[in-house]
Amino acid sequence: MGNTITIIVNNKPYPVEDGQTIMQALDKIGFHLPRLCYHPKLSVEGACRMCIVEVEGSNNYVTSCTAKVAEGMKISTNTAELRKARRDILELLLDSHPVDCNTCERNGNCELQDLARSIGVKIRQFEGEKKQYEIDLSSPAITRDPNKCILCGRCIRMCSEIQGVNAIDFTNRGFDSTVVTAFNSPINSSVCINCGQCINVCPTAALSEKYYTVELFRELSDSKKIKIVQIAPAVRAAIGEAFGMEPGTNMEKQTVATLRKLGFDKVFDTQFSADLTIMEEGYEFLNRLTNNGILPMITSCSPAWIKYAEQFHDEILPNISTCKSPMSMMSSILKTYYAKKIGADPLNILSVAVMPCVAKKYEAQREELKIDGIGLTDIVITTRELAWMIKSAGIDLVSTKGEEFDNIFGFSSGAATIFGVTGGVMEAALRSAYELYVGETVVDIEFNELRGFKGIKEAEIKMGDKNIRVAVAHGIGNANAILEIVKEDPSRYQFIEIMSCPGGCINGGGQPYAGSEYIALNENLLEKRASVLYQIDRSKTIRRSHENPEIQRLYKEYLERPNGPKSHKILHTRYAKKSPRGVVYNGKM
Amino acid sequence: MNNNLKIREDIDDRKEKLVKFIDEKRGKGYNKSALMSVLHKAQEIYGFISTEVIEEISMCLGIPTASIWGVVTFYHFFTTKPRGKYIISVCLGTACYVRGSKRILNKLKEVLGIGLNETTKDRLFTLEAKYCLGCCGLSPVMMINDEVYEKLTTKKVVEIIKNLKAESEVHYSEIN
Ligand code: SF4
Ligand code: SF4
Ligand code: SF4
Ligand code: FES
Repeated sequence: MGNTITIIVNNKPYPVEDGQTIMQALDKIGFHLPRLCYHPKLSVEGACRMCIVEVEGSNNYVTSCTAKVAEGMKISTNTAELRKARRDILELLLDSHPVDCNTCERNGNCELQDLARSIGVKIRQFEGEKKQYEIDLSSPAITRDPNKCILCGRCIRMCSEIQGVNAIDFTNRGFDSTVVTAFNSPINSSVCINCGQCINVCPTAALSEKYYTVELFRELSDSKKIKIVQIAPAVRAAIGEAFGMEPGTNMEKQTVATLRKLGFDKVFDTQFSADLTIMEEGYEFLNRLTNNGILPMITSCSPAWIKYAEQFHDEILPNISTCKSPMSMMSSILKTYYAKKIGADPLNILSVAVMPCVAKKYEAQREELKIDGIGLTDIVITTRELAWMIKSAGIDLVSTKGEEFDNIFGFSSGAATIFGVTGGVMEAALRSAYELYVGETVVDIEFNELRGFKGIKEAEIKMGDKNIRVAVAHGIGNANAILEIVKEDPSRYQFIEIMSCPGGCINGGGQPYAGSEYIALNENLLEKRASVLYQIDRSKTIRRSHENPEIQRLYKEYLERPNGPKSHKILHTRYAKKSPRGVVYNGKM
Repeated sequence: MNNNLKIREDIDDRKEKLVKFIDEKRGKGYNKSALMSVLHKAQEIYGFISTEVIEEISMCLGIPTASIWGVVTFYHFFTTKPRGKYIISVCLGTACYVRGSKRILNKLKEVLGIGLNETTKDRLFTLEAKYCLGCCGLSPVMMINDEVYEKLTTKKVVEIIKNLKAESEVHYSEIN
């Protein structure tokens, strides 16, 4: 590693670093070879053979994602034979692929389609036998269409290597090969935690969220309903990308304006209820801390994490905060306090949430969240779905004049904004918990140890007479690693934040596809999205949740006090062990 | 009839056998690489590989169930459906076909109450089709386990099944 060697590419010499693969070396000197199974954050499989090159002295084509460079290596990337060989490989894939790009969700943002174009596949003269699988619509969150699967295996590696869930794998062989859950059961009855990370790395439309856009358009035309929408922090940090804007553009105000144009009566901010979450969670933490409660306390905002814990780590359930997520807290308040305030029947309120997350669709259906039998969030759509709806309704997001959120649930602190990025919930909680415990404000409210994309982050905060050790994990693989640490040393941490998606909600399973410049999980992309949220935080005068005057009013008028009986009924929930088939083993021993 | 099944499960030491086998493998430090031989053993013991058995193996070897399912379905010699004590293979090769093996097959379906590649509830019979068993001179033929039955008629078939059923009845009541 580190040594510079010379390789000859298409008859020209290039200095490159030794020890890397041919693909990595070529990427850096400006040759972008076609690829399907390769993903830089996942292990190398070398299965699709799209990335072949010719290497002098080798009889066969060499897959550039697996082979390493060597001094003096003579590589050809674009001979007539190679072009034909790549076209043959791709045509084989296309032969059994449905011909419905026109109506496909990934149309215009599909790696298979892009390759077909760039490799120059011509009109198919011969159509192969098509795959004929049923589309798996069993889950409220994830849809699988095996007909569009090209067996690249990225989803499997994502689910196993990064998420450690191991919900899916290849089954059968040859033409019958496909990606399934254990026992080929419907994904909803499998161990899948609905994180949607597999969707983000899938090159085609074989994996996607369950769409609720048609249903939502229908509801929006129902004039009798009071139609309320909330948007999560991470949505504003990424939705611009779906409209060709540079990643890292804050689209908060335009998104609010387009939601009104779509027909919503009220546009509220999930950040308001994130402040509420901090009140409840902060007091819950202090309660556990001062009354010998169960510690470490672990955050509960991430529904995929909750399902993971319920399936694989039920011993840890008592440690998880009983707080509902900000989305569900908002809907809880809408269907109780707000309904009464505006004199409406809660059943007549349509509560819609726009989320960066796929698992929120699953969360919305959890029975235990209901209040007196009334469901909370009626429809959850992803950032991607909202982008599609905006386009479909002929609204121009980019040039729309920005508007402000509605009163009274549109006002939020800076702490609530950073909920959307890994470490943000912890940072927000500490900003308030410190003050509530010590009685004076933290001087430096930016906790830099908790920022950034290191898998596990730790910090120690002196709070009066107590030393609080906290940890942050993002991605279920890292969460699992933290649980291992806790098992070894139960008193090591007092407070842990877990987000299921690598990077946090900004990289949720429902965020815009990474586009051509970036690929999923790229740190620069995540950094840019995160910077939107940190900037919004910095621009606010109120940066601590408990200082939000609307929150204070809500407690005065309705909830009484954080963690009181009223808020327990409305804002807290419970968890229970879940045992879907195949749950016995989660990949680590 | 259903009693037979019950008796079988009463004398079930199969799980014990399998776990013992896995433990031996684990003792030798194989673990993940032991999967293939464990699956072979499981199939040998149970006759098929059920979801419960996969869960058991998953737990013992530390391999996710989805991956084991992948391996089991990749190899044709593993089967995930229970198979009967008697595997009936009806020849549908050309010679047998022209001499009415289709009728034989239909009769079998009728008396057993199952379709192709299915197993009777009492796990006595599994019905399969083969394409030429290499005894065209004796057609129509079928095989039951290793034994060839030749020049079949629908009447003969009914008789054969009846006998096998009776035999099993005796067999299990003896155990009892
Ligand atoms: S997955 Fe891609 S190639 Fe396949 S139908 Fe959709 S857009 Fe077309
Ligand atoms: S949604 Fe998450 S848990 Fe489910 S299959 Fe995809 S990566 Fe695995
Ligand atoms: S579902 Fe998508 S990511 Fe998974 S193997 Fe198929 S094409 Fe690849
Ligand atoms: S990208 Fe190299 S073999 Fe698939």
